[in-house]
Amino acid sequence: MFDLRWLIGGLFTVYGVLLTVVGMFDPPGQVAKAQGVRINLWVGLGMLVLGLLFLLWRLLSPDQPERPAGVPEQATSRDEEPVAAYRD
Amino acid sequence: MRELAESSLRLHLGAVDDVIVLLYFVTVLGVGLVARRAVRTSNDFFLSGRALPAWVTGLAFVSANLGAIEMLGMAANGAQYGAMTLHYYWVGAIPAMVFLGLVMMPFYYGSQVRSVPEYLRRRFNDQAHLFNAITFAVAQLLIAGINLFALALVVHDLLGWPLWTAILVAAAVVLAYITLGGLSSAIYNEVLQFFVILAGLLPVTIVGLVRVGGINGLAEKVRQSSLGDAGLHTWSGTASSGNPLAANWFGIIFGLGFVLSFGYWTTNFAEVQRALSARNMSAARRTPLIAAYPKLLIPVLTVIPGLVALVTIHGLGAKTGDLQYNNAIPLLMRDLLPNGVLGIAVTGLLAAFMAGMAANISGFNTVFTYDIWQAYLAKNRPDGYYLSVGRVATVLGVAIGIGTAFLAAGYNNIMNYLQALFSLFNAPLFAAFIIALFWKRMTAWAGFWGLLSGTAAALTVYGLYLAKVLHFGSDLGESFWGAGIGFVVVGVVAALVTAVTRPKSDEELSGLVWGVGRTRISAGVLAGDRAWYRNPWLLGGVAMTLAIVLYVPFW
Repeated sequence: MFDLRWLIGGLFTVYGVLLTVVGMFDPPGQVAKAQGVRINLWVGLGMLVLGLLFLLWRLLSPDQPERPAGVPEQATSRDEEPVAAYRD
Repeated sequence: MRELAESSLRLHLGAVDDVIVLLYFVTVLGVGLVARRAVRTSNDFFLSGRALPAWVTGLAFVSANLGAIEMLGMAANGAQYGAMTLHYYWVGAIPAMVFLGLVMMPFYYGSQVRSVPEYLRRRFNDQAHLFNAITFAVAQLLIAGINLFALALVVHDLLGWPLWTAILVAAAVVLAYITLGGLSSAIYNEVLQFFVILAGLLPVTIVGLVRVGGINGLAEKVRQSSLGDAGLHTWSGTASSGNPLAANWFGIIFGLGFVLSFGYWTTNFAEVQRALSARNMSAARRTPLIAAYPKLLIPVLTVIPGLVALVTIHGLGAKTGDLQYNNAIPLLMRDLLPNGVLGIAVTGLLAAFMAGMAANISGFNTVFTYDIWQAYLAKNRPDGYYLSVGRVATVLGVAIGIGTAFLAAGYNNIMNYLQALFSLFNAPLFAAFIIALFWKRMTAWAGFWGLLSGTAAALTVYGLYLAKVLHFGSDLGESFWGAGIGFVVVGVVAALVTAVTRPKSDEELSGLVWGVGRTRISAGVLAGDRAWYRNPWLLGGVAMTLAIVLYVPFW
């Protein structure tokens, strides 16, 4: 299965660019409707940042750690302590 | 039948909004097509091959709950009950989610069951299993239909589409991506939906707050509204039931916080399935814990818009027509959002409806295939056979959902009744689970008779309430009592039946009951799972602390 981070990153980057551009050229009527907040611009920039962060995350750590932990005894030590009832 | 003339809720979408909505639908279908390539076995189709990381299953877990009925409903509650709506999140969800992750998930995931009914089959017997599988499957189909109808109503009001077009288009999209890609496709889309829903709600909240003069302005206006000062408090008026929610602290903590919420979050397979698809025990346990954090903060995006709608929309709270509480968010979208973010908000709303329906359908097809078809009707077939059954079940499930949607269109109140009805199945189920987990002596037949009688008791209470024989003050009061009585009946019947029937041996119960046999808590653990910040007890503890601390400003 492909990496979900491409999907979220991609869609939000596209949405972000789209809204940012729309926001830069919003007619006064639209800005007034949003109580004077340039909401398209701000939300667009926010979505763009989120999208780029997902893409960056994917690029910087391409794989989720798939490597099984080495020694089982070590692996169990922390998890098992508070729930002794499920002992191995 | 509902008035179908053009509604004053009608939004005026521009070209940019259309592009945004269209882009979303294309993406969702694209995910289904790509996911199809990863589906080779029935395990891939129904449980995503148990390969997903915790952040994905965690966000899908919260998204499966964040359907549009929930979102619009919580904003409606915000307008109607004020800050007390926060109880649905902080008391009514977080403790149960944390309990699921810390205590119950080792049994669900560790016993390798593929569904919640399958756990009942191994812990109890075929009868308890079949009872739960059938009630769950039927409930999911009808709820999917309710989701579909609610979606159609909103699309009709907002975009002016005919009801039947909206029902068929939405059903076709959900059908396409689930039949193609199965649970992977549902989960990927749910995570995407999670972000889109937030992006859609955020502008409504921000612009809404600016409109009323920020948080202080909102508080001031709420004090002058019909809710009054009580609309800003959560606990201070709960010594009696003389508060907006008409519930005292005992009802809130035990009714909402324990019986109703634990029933929903810990035994509802549409939720638990997301955790079962995680790649190992650590990720499965963290699924509901990771989901708890967004759940803590979502009320910012539902309760605040609800309150803003209350103080800015004159006449909100009408029994019928456009000014019902349920329309709080659509009304704010109409009044406050410019083209652009309006498209995002509409997309978020559509995404939320599809998230809800997809969760129902993917829960249904799994239980139908594994727990009904494979368990009783066609055993020992090759895996590919069950994969096909799953796809057929998806098509049939969506078709029945469409039928339910049209039924709901004819009888408007049926939606409310059905939802209340199905919530009554949860509390007895949770009672049976919790006793079964901690009391190994509880017998198989005690499980079956307990479930049956508890469900019957809860239904009877509901029936008597509808017939106006019993009075509880409010629908919420009825759910507290109905669920509570169902819960107690399960306990009593289970104890009585256990006394006269034979318990299962320790071997049969290994990994299914607390302290019996082994549950490999560290099964398949990955190197990164041991990082301190991924410790389930830490994640759960912080979530619980926040759920208490966040109450402070709204005492």
